[in-house]
Amino acid sequence: MAKAKETVSRTIIVALVLSIFFSVVVSVAAVSLRPAQIKNQNLDIKTNILGAAGMLEEGASEAEIEEQFARFDVHLLDLDSGTFVEPEAVGVEDPMKYDMYKASTDPEMSTNILSSADKAGIKRRPDVAKIYILSENGELKRVVLPIHGYGLWSTLYGFVSLKGDANTIEGLGFYSHAETPGLGGEVDNPRWKQQWVGKEVYGDDKTEPQIRLVKGGVSSDAANREHKVDALSGATLTSRGVEQLVNYWMGDQGYATFLKKLREEEV
Amino acid sequence: MADASAKQVLFEPIFSNNPIALQILGICSALAVTTSMNVTLVMCAAVIAVTAFSNLAVSLVRAQIPGSIRIIVQMTIIASLVIVVDQVLKAYAYEISKQLSVFVGLIITNCIVMGRAEGFAMKNGPWLSFLDGVGNGLGYSVLLLFVAFFRELLGAGSLFGVSLMPVVNEGGWYIPNGLLLLPPSAFFIIGLAIWGLRVWKPEQVEEPDFKMSRHTVKEAF
Repeated sequence: MAKAKETVSRTIIVALVLSIFFSVVVSVAAVSLRPAQIKNQNLDIKTNILGAAGMLEEGASEAEIEEQFARFDVHLLDLDSGTFVEPEAVGVEDPMKYDMYKASTDPEMSTNILSSADKAGIKRRPDVAKIYILSENGELKRVVLPIHGYGLWSTLYGFVSLKGDANTIEGLGFYSHAETPGLGGEVDNPRWKQQWVGKEVYGDDKTEPQIRLVKGGVSSDAANREHKVDALSGATLTSRGVEQLVNYWMGDQGYATFLKKLREEEV
Repeated sequence: MADASAKQVLFEPIFSNNPIALQILGICSALAVTTSMNVTLVMCAAVIAVTAFSNLAVSLVRAQIPGSIRIIVQMTIIASLVIVVDQVLKAYAYEISKQLSVFVGLIITNCIVMGRAEGFAMKNGPWLSFLDGVGNGLGYSVLLLFVAFFRELLGAGSLFGVSLMPVVNEGGWYIPNGLLLLPPSAFFIIGLAIWGLRVWKPEQVEEPDFKMSRHTVKEAF
């Protein structure tokens, strides 16, 4: 009896039955929990957009988040020309349904970035980005722009929110990354994110983005302190990644063309 | 071990046979997820669930598992349970699952889970194995919460996210000890905990691997 379970056929049968049983268990869990997960993710993205825009009150309920988010207009933006495109041009009906990260894997809808210019480490850039604009009485209040790029272990996905002058940062936040918890993972730390508020992306000539993450904190009399943010301690590579990706997306290949138009009020 | 009582199996791993302090297993996640009590608590619940149910499942099928593939079978069971736990966390504790990031997935490689499945559940009945899983999960949790308590209190001046010692950055008086938010600090705390535990329970002190022989050569000075 003790020997009977050691035969080859027995081994194969046990392996097969077990594999089938546990694939069913895993599939059932994945499929049945999917709706709750998608709901969480969507709410999380809206929360992040609002958080980056500095419009999120602590402990806001689901309904409040939805209500606040409804104040934003969602636009699809052609990055090279800096003009809006119709949702139909990218094959969707509702701009909310456009996924710019999916588009960046489609050769038809994205551009290869030369490795010398690929500061954010993302290899391909979508041609069309999904951005969020808040205006009140025809006056531009906030622009929330999606940004992403490589840190140490992972691609960080987030948003940066600019004030009506299309230069001053209102907030910045990442909603998805897999940086080391406690070190690079501190990009989620509210206190660290708070430092970004009021920083200016561009210098006086308004062309090159100037954001720098510096070691040892930014003293109140440091030169160019309006462009400097304290780097994350113990996370040099994550900090460098964040600096590079912010500057990439605020540069010529990113939103610079559009933001210039916005400042000159051509949009 | 077959005559071990349920109570013994459940409570021994907490102090007398602690998987981290005595067996020195599962250190990796003890360093990684102990910066705040909230995150640690969820991680502990996840590990207890996985050790308990993997022990139960392995014990239930132990008579059927051919020896040649037993490790793979255990891995399959553990990996499936970890995926289920990960999915549940993503659905019901999204914020914390984001902070735990890869470490929930890494429960698969936590030596405690595998060690108990191979070392206990393969030889004991389902109920005892289940209790052994819970017990070892609790042993892991006690030590992790102990570490997290000091790391969060001294590193961030708070417990469970509630600020107890207002830190300087927020206008308080406490200058947080940044080292405690970094992984190496967990080594120090675990080391001190093991020391404390062995002073309390001297039978855990290991025999030295070798003894220094007496100094016999007379030196000229």
